[in-house]
Amino acid sequence: MSLLELEDVKLEINGKEILKGITANLDKGKVYAFVGPNGAGKSTLAYTIMGLEGYRDIEGDIIFEGESIKKLGIDERARRGITLAWQEPARYEGLTVAKFILAAARRKSPDVARDALLAVGLEPEEYINRALDKSLSGGERKKIELASILAMEAKLVILDEPDSGIDVASLQNIFDAIKFMKERGATILLITHSPFVLRQAEYAFLMCSGMVVEEGKMEDIVPYFEGKCLPCRHKNMPDVGRGKDGC
Amino acid sequence: MLGGVKMDVDLAKMAEIDEALKDEETAHIMIDRNRVISRRDVKGLVIETHEREDGVDVRLRVLKGSVIKKPIHMCFGITHEKTMQRINMEIEIEDGAEASFLSHCILPKSGARHEMEAAIYIGENAKYSYEEKHIHAFDAKVEVVSKAKVKVGKKGVFKTDFELIKGRVGILEIDYEAEGDEKSIIEMTTRVSGREDDIIKVRETGYLKGEAAKGALATRIAVRHRARAEIYNKMVATAAYARGHVDCKEIIQDEGEAMAVPVVEVRHPKAHVTHEAAIGSVDKKQLETLMARGLSEDEAVELIIEGMLGA
Ligand SMILES: Nc1ncnc2c1ncn2[C@@H]1O[C@H](COP(=O)(O)OP(=O)(O)O)[C@@H](O)[C@H]1O
Ligand SMILES: [Mg+2]
Repeated sequence: MSLLELEDVKLEINGKEILKGITANLDKGKVYAFVGPNGAGKSTLAYTIMGLEGYRDIEGDIIFEGESIKKLGIDERARRGITLAWQEPARYEGLTVAKFILAAARRKSPDVARDALLAVGLEPEEYINRALDKSLSGGERKKIELASILAMEAKLVILDEPDSGIDVASLQNIFDAIKFMKERGATILLITHSPFVLRQAEYAFLMCSGMVVEEGKMEDIVPYFEGKCLPCRHKNMPDVGRGKDGC
Repeated sequence: MLGGVKMDVDLAKMAEIDEALKDEETAHIMIDRNRVISRRDVKGLVIETHEREDGVDVRLRVLKGSVIKKPIHMCFGITHEKTMQRINMEIEIEDGAEASFLSHCILPKSGARHEMEAAIYIGENAKYSYEEKHIHAFDAKVEVVSKAKVKVGKKGVFKTDFELIKGRVGILEIDYEAEGDEKSIIEMTTRVSGREDDIIKVRETGYLKGEAAKGALATRIAVRHRARAEIYNKMVATAAYARGHVDCKEIIQDEGEAMAVPVVEVRHPKAHVTHEAAIGSVDKKQLETLMARGLSEDEAVELIIEGMLGA
């Protein structure tokens, strides 16, 4: 049985069809990627799986561990083991890093926050009592968000553009954390338009214009992204994201 | 302990300061309505009290150059229903002296009214920090009126932090006004969490009169249910290189209402004052992030507000 099954998922926002029938199966303990140019609908798909407000009224179905979750709220999906890291993490006024991580943690021991910070390459002493606010850089906030996800021990971890705002050295921390979660049996869903991130996946779905236009082993999908970012010419889809900022 | 007066154990317990009160090196004064029920002086600190019908006059001096190492504990309580307490306080931190205060105001009974009127003088190079925590009942409505006029001498430091996040607010009115001389520092923080039909009125004013005086007024308010908050923060800078900042954040939930009126006044071309004010519900991304970690909406809101209030 797959961990997650997307069955012809369609979503309209403001009368515009953004997801046009996404079908995909994700198995337990594997790393997947949804890749595609800007505007392909990748973040929308992530929000739809998480069930954010405005992303719940779908056609088709989302099956998690054999049960439909499409009627469930965010927190109910999270309690079943699904979580999401946003491309741009939230800023909190005053909430400490320790409290933030512990709120997510499955085991509530104080060591959990420390271990999670270490696992994403942050020195616990330096961060644990700091406020999760604008005094932290975007990259730091992203790692802290990832730390909270590690502590949560989720079954399906969706990471939306995990490399954005992250420097090269830190990128390795993120990749290590992905490996760490996979080793503990989690399924990782990477949302990305970066070939480097794509390379972390075992299996990838190429998205274009709200549809999956290709899927296969990572090696087979990579060529579309290796520097040249081919326009989407699959299955008679219109060109999307060609050129400059397409990738 | 002075004059063998028996301590009111309840007040100390509620304030969680019973250990501190036993400490020989920690000065304290504890007042239940109009009676001083316990007190300890330390070297460099002079406390004079006068009990009146409806409260106590307290005069407190930290003598020139004296540094009081451990925070001076003050505890004001009203242990009877429908009772009023008025504290007139005069505090003087003489030149070069330093003291910090930890004050608890315990109002567990309904209909209590606590009034504080303070005059505070901070000498040259003197340092004063004052932390006031209120502990009210969850099911009782009380009134608190707290007023202070503060003068801060050259290079003096005045810091105050008012916290009312445990229990119902009832009706709260704060009016603090501080003026600072050359190179002085004024920092006022107010953190209040209102619920039911609580009413919160906060007025904080800083006058930066001396050259290079610094001032910061920060207000963090949460209002839930039908609670209302009005915040008037004002910073006036009239001297060169004076720097001021006013910062007000209010989270409203349910039918709560909040108003912020920041006033920034600069009367010297080399002075600079900034302000920011934000009122609104809990930020959606903050909320959804916590919910995506498994917290219910209520738990997430609670945590976000707690964080903002620095609880
Ligand atoms: N709230 C919204 N309202 C209207 N259009 C939206 C909204 N969110 C996304 N879109 C549109 O949906 C498409 C997919 O967006 P998105 O999922 O963010 O793409 P990606 O993450 O692949 O870059 C884009 O054309 C975008 O403009
Ligand atoms: Mg996106």
